[in-house]
Amino acid sequence: MKSGVIDITRPVNLKDEYDVVIIGAGPAGSRCARLIAEEGFSVAVFEKRAEIGAPKRCAEGIGVKALQRMGYTGNERFVAQHIDGFYLYAPNGKEFMVEYGSSQGCVVERKVFDKFLAYDAAKAGASFFTRTEVVDVLRDDGKISGVVIRYGEEEFEVKAKVVVSAEGIEGKIARKAGIDTTNKLINVDSGYQYEMANLTMKDPKKLYFYLGNEIAPRGYIWIFPKGEYVANVGIGIGGVGATKKAKEYLDAWIENHPEIFGEASIIEENAGGIPVGGLLEDMVRDGFVVIGDAAHTVNPIHGGGMDEGTKAGEMAARVICECLEQGDVSHNALAKFNKLWWKERGEKLKRVEKLRQVIEKLRDDDLNFLAEELDVQDVIDFAGGKNLTKLAKILIKRPKLIKLATILR
Amino acid sequence: MMVAKNIPSVCLSCGGCVGVCPQDAISLKDMKIVIDKEKCNNCGACVRFCPVGAMKLDEERGD
Repeated sequence: MKSGVIDITRPVNLKDEYDVVIIGAGPAGSRCARLIAEEGFSVAVFEKRAEIGAPKRCAEGIGVKALQRMGYTGNERFVAQHIDGFYLYAPNGKEFMVEYGSSQGCVVERKVFDKFLAYDAAKAGASFFTRTEVVDVLRDDGKISGVVIRYGEEEFEVKAKVVVSAEGIEGKIARKAGIDTTNKLINVDSGYQYEMANLTMKDPKKLYFYLGNEIAPRGYIWIFPKGEYVANVGIGIGGVGATKKAKEYLDAWIENHPEIFGEASIIEENAGGIPVGGLLEDMVRDGFVVIGDAAHTVNPIHGGGMDEGTKAGEMAARVICECLEQGDVSHNALAKFNKLWWKERGEKLKRVEKLRQVIEKLRDDDLNFLAEELDVQDVIDFAGGKNLTKLAKILIKRPKLIKLATILR
Repeated sequence: MMVAKNIPSVCLSCGGCVGVCPQDAISLKDMKIVIDKEKCNNCGACVRFCPVGAMKLDEERGD
């Protein structure tokens, strides 16, 4: 045992210097940390909350392919429900159902999933610190050279060759590093969600999406099952144009559907901002990279961010390791991440953002019209940024929608 | 002068308002929303964003 007085004001195992410091232990940060640690570099991850994974700000859906990319099977303890399809409801109530016949995705328990990602990163050698907030960056000759952290009332300087911001929508450090990550209101959806128990779903293996400007302007209401009688019930709406709060829309809709919610109880309340646009051309500075929700890398149509965030974390890790090996962490060297990300994900997300810009201008009768013209595979393709010319061709069938078709070009 | 004000009893500390504030006037400190009255220019972005109605524009009381 160490002799002398233990200083409880200092985070346990904190060192003065790391190869890489990561801000935020969400999926993007922990995934990035793991891959960097696996290459033998020292990594510290600072999480301002007392518990990694909580409170959740997420509908918790993720594709099986994304889990497999991270080396998981879908049978881990963090999986609450396997999903084999979905129901989509047009504003006029018309129902569309897609069934894949096998599990395509999962609804996870973020409080467990985020911890798994952190456990695996820690096992690889990354050091995690909770209740430790990054409050500023350090600079050396203008270049980012570390961070200032606050633990309780104490502040510490921690040096790093590269700092990664995975700090989420509320992040301020990327701005301090010179990257304007401010979200335009038009590019953020207001999210609100209940985790509910004892609700009645016709099939707990399906996701449910409800469209309509009356119930969810520029967005949708979702039911993501977490078991036979448990689900995340949430709403995302555009921050511009809505006349009521997200909570008001959701509460009203729940009240109007006693056949689903008549006997249901609320187990948890969640809120959150969903960055559905405003992709950044340049996500790096000298010694600095921003990833995940902080960099707005979220699918602009369905608002899912775990696949995008973890993928960006992996790409950033690859580039950072190369840069560390070559001893060059300049803006120029790290910019390889921009190139990689834009090629593999950005171009697609940009197209999906254009689709979002079209959909947000559609009235309910337009959505009903599209529902008649499209089949469900089209909807899936569009959300993946594919085959948008088909949508443009259908839009021009309605004279007042011709203008919107030009957005897709 | 009007400034943004947070209602802690309603707020879920999701931090979305921090992200949409064009003045960089809002922070999430110790999981509580803190507003820099000097920076706030009364634009209302946070009020329009807030999913639960925890932000409002309020007459600033003279200190």
